[in-house]
Amino acid sequence: MALKIVKGSIDRMFDKNLQDLVRGIRNHKEDEAKYISTCIDEIKQELKQDNIAVKANAVCKLTYLQMLGYDVSWAAFNIVEVMSSSKFTYKRIGYLAASQCFHESTDVIMLTTNQIRKDLSSPNQYDTGVALTGLSCFVTPDLARDLANDIMTLMSHTKPYIRKKAVLIMYKVFLKYPESLRPAFPRLKEKLEDPDPGVQSAAVNVICELARRNPKNYLSLAPLFFKLMTSSTNNWVLIKIIKLFGALTPLEPRLGKKLIEPLTNLIHSTSAMSLLYECVNTVIAVLISLSSGMPNHSASIQLCVQKLRILIEDSDQNLKYLGLLAMSKILKTHPKSVQSHKDLILQCLDDKDESIRLRALDLLYGMVSKKNLMEIVKKLMLHVDKAEGTTYRDELLTKIIDICSQSNYQYITNFEWYISILVELTRLEGTRHGHLIASQMLDVAIRVKAIRVFAVAQMATLLDNAHLLTGNVQRKGICEVLYAAAWICGEFSEHLDNPTQTLEAMLRPKVATLPGHIQAVYVQNAAKLFATILKSQEGNTDSTAAQETSQLMIDRLPLFVQSANLEVQERASCILQLVKYIQKLQQKDVEIAEEVIALFAGELNPVAPKAQKKVPVPEGLDLDAWINEPPSESESEDEQPRAIFAKEEPKHSRPRHTEVDEKELAKRREARKQEQANNPFYIKSSPSSQKVYQEAPGVEHIPVVQIDLSVPLKVPGLPMSDQYVKLEEERRQKDKAEKKKKEKKKRKEKRSGRGKRHDSGPESEEDITPAHMVDIVTEEMPENALPSDDDDKDPNDPHKALDIDLDNLMEMAGRRPLADSEKLPVRSHRAAEVLKSPAQDGDAESAVSQETKKKSSKEKREKKKDKDRDRKKSKEDKKKKKKKHKSEEKGEDLLGGQEDGPVGQSEETSEVAAQPTSTTAEVSDLDFWLSNAPVPSNTQEAATVAAAEAAPVSELASGTAPDSEPDEPKDTETEETKSSKHKKKKQKKEKEEKEKKKKKKHHHHHHHSDGGGEESVQNGTVEEEEPLPPMSNYCLLAENSYIKMMMEDADQVNDIQGNLQDGSQVVVSVIFENKCDSFLKSMEFNVLDSLNSKLQRPEGSGPHDGLTVPFQLPPGVSNEARFVFTMQSIIMPQKLKGTLTFIVKNEDSSTHEKLDFKLHFTCTSYLITTPCYSDAFAKLLESGDLKCSSVKLEGVVMPFHHLLARICFRHHFSVVERIDSCASMYSRSIQDHHVCLLVKTSGQTVSIDAKCDEPTLLGNVLDEIKQTFSQC
Amino acid sequence: MIKAILIFNNHGKPRLSKFYEHYNEDIEQQIIRETFHLVSKRDENVCNFLEGGMLIGGSDYKLIYRHYATLYFVFCVDSSESELGILDLIQVFVETLDKCFENVCELDLIFHVDKVHNILAEMVMGGMVLETNMNEIITQVDAQNKMEKSEVRLTLPVHYFYLSVYQAGQVDTGRYCRSACSCRISCKEHEPPGNAQKHQHW
Repeated sequence: MALKIVKGSIDRMFDKNLQDLVRGIRNHKEDEAKYISTCIDEIKQELKQDNIAVKANAVCKLTYLQMLGYDVSWAAFNIVEVMSSSKFTYKRIGYLAASQCFHESTDVIMLTTNQIRKDLSSPNQYDTGVALTGLSCFVTPDLARDLANDIMTLMSHTKPYIRKKAVLIMYKVFLKYPESLRPAFPRLKEKLEDPDPGVQSAAVNVICELARRNPKNYLSLAPLFFKLMTSSTNNWVLIKIIKLFGALTPLEPRLGKKLIEPLTNLIHSTSAMSLLYECVNTVIAVLISLSSGMPNHSASIQLCVQKLRILIEDSDQNLKYLGLLAMSKILKTHPKSVQSHKDLILQCLDDKDESIRLRALDLLYGMVSKKNLMEIVKKLMLHVDKAEGTTYRDELLTKIIDICSQSNYQYITNFEWYISILVELTRLEGTRHGHLIASQMLDVAIRVKAIRVFAVAQMATLLDNAHLLTGNVQRKGICEVLYAAAWICGEFSEHLDNPTQTLEAMLRPKVATLPGHIQAVYVQNAAKLFATILKSQEGNTDSTAAQETSQLMIDRLPLFVQSANLEVQERASCILQLVKYIQKLQQKDVEIAEEVIALFAGELNPVAPKAQKKVPVPEGLDLDAWINEPPSESESEDEQPRAIFAKEEPKHSRPRHTEVDEKELAKRREARKQEQANNPFYIKSSPSSQKVYQEAPGVEHIPVVQIDLSVPLKVPGLPMSDQYVKLEEERRQKDKAEKKKKEKKKRKEKRSGRGKRHDSGPESEEDITPAHMVDIVTEEMPENALPSDDDDKDPNDPHKALDIDLDNLMEMAGRRPLADSEKLPVRSHRAAEVLKSPAQDGDAESAVSQETKKKSSKEKREKKKDKDRDRKKSKEDKKKKKKKHKSEEKGEDLLGGQEDGPVGQSEETSEVAAQPTSTTAEVSDLDFWLSNAPVPSNTQEAATVAAAEAAPVSELASGTAPDSEPDEPKDTETEETKSSKHKKKKQKKEKEEKEKKKKKKHHHHHHHSDGGGEESVQNGTVEEEEPLPPMSNYCLLAENSYIKMMMEDADQVNDIQGNLQDGSQVVVSVIFENKCDSFLKSMEFNVLDSLNSKLQRPEGSGPHDGLTVPFQLPPGVSNEARFVFTMQSIIMPQKLKGTLTFIVKNEDSSTHEKLDFKLHFTCTSYLITTPCYSDAFAKLLESGDLKCSSVKLEGVVMPFHHLLARICFRHHFSVVERIDSCASMYSRSIQDHHVCLLVKTSGQTVSIDAKCDEPTLLGNVLDEIKQTFSQC
Repeated sequence: MIKAILIFNNHGKPRLSKFYEHYNEDIEQQIIRETFHLVSKRDENVCNFLEGGMLIGGSDYKLIYRHYATLYFVFCVDSSESELGILDLIQVFVETLDKCFENVCELDLIFHVDKVHNILAEMVMGGMVLETNMNEIITQVDAQNKMEKSEVRLTLPVHYFYLSVYQAGQVDTGRYCRSACSCRISCKEHEPPGNAQKHQHW
């Protein structure tokens, strides 16, 4: 044994290490493969040894060989061995090798689960780190499932080095095991605010990747990201966040509005080009998502375009490239702003860098107009001539065609010009896009009737000079054009000047060198031409000409009859026989032209490419059903009938059978053709469809005579497109002159008749008349075509599985908690068992298959559950609706008998209501965040803002999808919409008001006291499904026979941003409702300031002056105004006395009235719901700065989560953590007091321990909480 | 996401390949060849972005590369990465290599591809950027190397021998390195200092 060890180590001295291997390979340049194969043999020997160091060395070498392209999967097991070494050195080598060559189908991966788990929990942070890095490369669904929990734990590791790796790898885990997303998400979100910037950056990275694929699920994180964006200084993080916002804005236009300002600031302030560029990009995305026409946004566009221009003008090619890239995004929505930089973009076309030229080309697409199309294309044609590389030239060619054909040839005024451009393009050498040009020619010739004469003439010349196109082997691609030329000449042969010549050109022996499908078209169209010629010649007395033509056909066609291409052969022999027969008839002087023409009669109409798809399936037709009984297995013994039904050709079938098949197939083809011919919906294979032509087999073998061309190709007799540019200009000039003349005439007439008329302005787009009347035939669609085709997403996208709603996962209690099945699997013994017997492959495999089975069944269950959940949800919704009806009825009852005494809301209703309330809170948080504009300096503005935004908010909260709803720009809002909105709101409010009034009678005043009851009532009355829009949190302030005032819970509308800057402002929204039939005007709102709280008045007014309410109220109308109060101290509740004075105006009289009210500011209203994370919370509690206090509530008979939800909603707390019947909650006052609660429940007793740095405030808040619960 | 990181020299010889998505070995080689073909035919003073890799990526993906003396550093990324950011990341990568290898040259990458992998692992993990701070990267790499060294010292005396062979190898490479001075890839030689500053986008 000892000897063996010594022997092993001596051997090892002579082992090659990686460096030796590399050196060896470099020294064996000639026989590298041989050398490496001997090395691999050595490695195999080394791997057989017991010494782990030797193994590691071997694995290290294998990793290098893998990079060189050698398959090393055979050593997978050895890699696992090295991975499980206790030494970091070897472990690292093992994990590196694994990360390079393991993948999902590597079977030994199953064996690694426990090893990895061990490494993850290793006390050495680098063991963990190496394991995480390796795992990130080869994680499989099984590994992800088994290790998700361990990685989750690592996310809270003490070392930031591990934390950031664990956070990052979670993305890979989510991808492989989507079920882990929901349980892991809260912690991931928490990491967004990790103290370590690296961890924070990793979390941002992961969420950005997640959100990029399913942005709508992450909308609710927008406020958090916004905060990060305004606070972070790490450019990497900023870039990621800004990119993320770019993905979110299309879903939520209001977000865009909020973003514009900080982004613009960043654009102005940052010196980092990368950040600047991403900001510009996101601003563009925002602008795209917003409806255009907002005046302040044109400035943003201008800013973007300006900055981009700077980038494009930069000497750094990278910036230039990116500038153009971003510019093309603006182009889609704001073409006008880009068009002004046409000069710059045209300049970029001349850039030496191909990437930049390509980008510039992209931009050009959007810059053309009727006016400048010819000019731009002319310039591009110059580039085509100059371009050296074929790829760029091909790109140019496609761009020219794209530009010209865009939106149904919208910008082409002269189709003769276009045809000649196409003809010119055929002279390009070695282009791949012959078929593109061909299809354009066909398209134009078919759809623009007026151009046919010209097109036919051009095509005839092309055919005549076909040898120039086909001569060079390199030019094979371009001969596709002949396909189009031949077809056009044949189909529209009546327009030909000299059909005989063209016919002769089409039947030249040279044609036989063309690809088969083109020959076939030649033959077929020769027949068409023949028919036309016959017709024209039959009128003549001399029949020799006609007979000569027939003779020509008979002479030339046999060449095609011998063609190797079946299609050509078939057509040629058919037509040959036909012509022979015709010749016979001609000799008998029979007039047959009409009959021959009839062969090709009928107009061809273009059919929309989607037409076939849009044909609706007739009722009762099941396309999947068998027409005949499926053939049974026994029917065929030696032949496999399936091969016919399968798509692939039965290549292996013996020739004996193929003959039979051929006949069979021919028969079927015949039948099918017959059927197709009778079916009006079948698109006959018209050449206009852009099909990909198949190269005929054997074309390569046809000898091709090469013509050496030293002079540039120029097809003689073809007009140059350039001349059209001149002609066009002349024509326009003439047109203009004529128009002027006419106008002058008109003016003269008019002057004599009516007098003055306006001058004609400068020539605009519409003034350019097309050269000839272009009749663009629209494409045919089947009748009752199905509307709008749905784009199908790739069903294999792994991100589809990650489309998981995460909103109701936030830390608020009462949301849908994680179901047991959703919790991450905790370590089990299953994997350990597998590891115990690694040698027994069979066992391991069966374990694998079992596991996969288990997994799939589990997945199924999951799905089922999801469905069930959905069903339940919809049921609940229905229930809610029913309830709504009920309470609406109740509301009516109340209307009828207002004095009927208390109508208690049933317990049931309130309970149901409490939960959805909290679910909406998150949504409404976002809404508040989005809808709140920065606190306007004067209240007038505030009022209008509030009014304008109230509507979208309530609509949104009430269940309409946020992305489907266009957000009305508040600035441009017209008076009408405003008033109608108010009416709507008023109706709703009225209802609520009635309920509330009722309540008032029982719970006297104090707007907090009617907590739960009020909620449920509102729940019932709101028209839409989602309960309780946050705006409805109003309570009655005062009312008399004329007017009613309702105050909103002050803090709720408070702008959080404003508070952060100035912690002493509270905004109060008051709704004024006119209850009488008279007009109310000159309303003045005044409050008696106390020492502590003051109403903010416009500058220059005295401390006792009232504030004018910035609107008047017609009868029955309500409106909302906001008032800003400044608070000195917020630790005590405040009461302010106030008066509203107003003038009631009737037709005959006007009276001065006044209404007194009391404004009540509770301490709760100074609290802002602020999310807090458990670690921060713990730190806060540990800090010892907080004073303690507690309160006990007795007889609370509601579920714990309802209780929490109520505290959250009524008192603006958020749940930090909840464990069973115990929860910690947090809130912050506007002056940055921290308030922490620990809520415990046992039986009907709820004890609340509270901590706050301000004991008075705490006492008051607790009192208020107590009051809330004493009411229910 | 970063889909792949490739380093090859002016002749297309791979010096490091890291794919964050699984491909067959043959396809990996094809990708390297294709990428080399695309990148090598570009002039020095054109932009560093490239579209149109057929095998890797697709329309959403871009090649972002930098050319240092004899080596090309190519990152294949999708649209969630910032183009200029990745360019800077390449710069950070090369500077880190320069620090770790003390004036890095192509031969360092040839003979110590495993070390390069280890450095890269501290920057990019599973296709996502892990760390961009050079000092932090170097700290972690050094700490791990130190651990490795302490482990080697602890093992049997035979390992000393092994170690000395290993070190001899390094001396050897050093000689290569000196003889092939033109191979130096530090950015300072590639560009004048002013120019290098310009590429620093933040």
